[in-house]
Amino acid sequence: MKAVVTVIGKDNVGILHRVSGVCSEYKANVLEVTQSVLQDMFAMIMLVDISEMTADFSQLVDSMEALGKELGLSIHTMHEDIFNAMHSI
Amino acid sequence: MLNVYDILETIRMIQDECLDIRTITMGISLLDCIDTDIDKACGKVYEKIVRHAERLVPVGQQIEKEYGIPIINKRISVTPISMLCAVCPDGNPVKFAKALQRCADTCGVNFIGGYSALVHKGFSAGDMALIKSIPEALDVTENICSSVNIGSTKSGINMDAVKLMGQIVKESAVRTADRDCIGPAKLVVFCNAVEDNPFMAGAFHGIGEPDCEIHVGVSGPGVVRSALSKYPDASINELADIIKKTAFKITRMGQLVGARASKELGVPFGIVDLSLAPTPAIGDSVAHILEEMGLEMCGTHGTTACLAMLNDAVKKGGVMASSTVGGLSGAFIPVSEDAGMIDSAVAGVLSLEKLEAMTAVCSVGLDMIVVPGDISPETISAIIADEASIGMVNSKTTAVRLIPAINKKEGEMLEFGGLLGSGPVMSVRDKSPAKFINRGGRIPAPMQSLKN
Repeated sequence: MKAVVTVIGKDNVGILHRVSGVCSEYKANVLEVTQSVLQDMFAMIMLVDISEMTADFSQLVDSMEALGKELGLSIHTMHEDIFNAMHSI
Repeated sequence: MLNVYDILETIRMIQDECLDIRTITMGISLLDCIDTDIDKACGKVYEKIVRHAERLVPVGQQIEKEYGIPIINKRISVTPISMLCAVCPDGNPVKFAKALQRCADTCGVNFIGGYSALVHKGFSAGDMALIKSIPEALDVTENICSSVNIGSTKSGINMDAVKLMGQIVKESAVRTADRDCIGPAKLVVFCNAVEDNPFMAGAFHGIGEPDCEIHVGVSGPGVVRSALSKYPDASINELADIIKKTAFKITRMGQLVGARASKELGVPFGIVDLSLAPTPAIGDSVAHILEEMGLEMCGTHGTTACLAMLNDAVKKGGVMASSTVGGLSGAFIPVSEDAGMIDSAVAGVLSLEKLEAMTAVCSVGLDMIVVPGDISPETISAIIADEASIGMVNSKTTAVRLIPAINKKEGEMLEFGGLLGSGPVMSVRDKSPAKFINRGGRIPAPMQSLKN
């Protein structure tokens, strides 16, 4: 089982560090990261493996949302199934 | 492999374009709750609904969190209550409404539908008592919805029921005049009602359905409008293709959520209803889709054609995305629940007659239309009869949900708030159809009924 974490907002030092920190806290293994900074807008999409997680998936969602609020970024954590369902036949 | 563009598209649809699951509706059969003692029957109804639906809201919230997709309402539909009334002729049917309200309070659901009667060919035991109790039931409860099926393509239109429903709608408005006439906003009069509809106020659990099942109603007018806005110069058939693709994505999401809810709750998956259901929120309007297609304002000439294309394209796109499509499936045009429709009605561009024409080519019918408070019950009945005949002849579901705004006149506004929105009082003809309505009897089934 995998989840997608998307982070969008103003670029700053240490965003990747903080987001992957939350992942490691719950033992969600980061599989892939795509990141771009356009002018000062930061956009990152992270694919994480959630099958070995130590907590409920909803706790990861809450922690990421709280981190987003703290850093002034928009962070969404969603199960990969929704993207697969919508975009592949 | 997931692609960045697809991920961002999904997030944009949810964040900026109001994409959501409108409702997860659990259909529950109450046939095994029938009892000659109405109090015992109410006890069984409460026990059965709570036993099946107590996890509906928490499971819905869990799915919302996991997929990051809002599920606006969690609802329950039940077997038409008139069937339970049939065996306890001396009991007051309102007791069932109160029992259902207790279920809604315990389970935390937004609505329970099924305070209903099916009388398209005539009244059987329990039907009359239930229908006459509707104004009181909608007055003393908050989350209970009622519907009455007064006609079908197979059986024609029961004009005695049409006459009665005109009076019931009016009485219901009078009883709730102090609360913005909310009573009739929870009451739908159907022709060709469907048994697996997840949308309110017309949801009930048909007798051909299994004991318990899960239906899903998706939404997403904002997503369709936004997709069309990227192609300002496309031809109509190109627009139809864009709508199909968008409807496919929206429906796939509904299918995913429904399948997941069904698995979590251990209840069979019923249907996905492909309707584009608007809300009064900005950017969630069906009228704005029609305007995006090139109408200066919804309700002008050309509106019916645009709506026909939209409705058809939504179905074509959605049907492949779901294993079982059902319910009403089409575009909804409730006036008070759609920001664009409200604007058009206020501007006088959208009239009752144009809405009637639009209902011939789209899902359902004259929905959430505010009419003057001094409207006669016969005029309401005649509007119901007109709309039901469109459904009967075209073999489609049509419905009427009119709200007589007591003590208000044409041009004034009625405010409900929430999903029900607000609407201007629209004009109706002042010449009386009373003699026609008072004749009673039945409009015979049309030739279309003889398909065997």
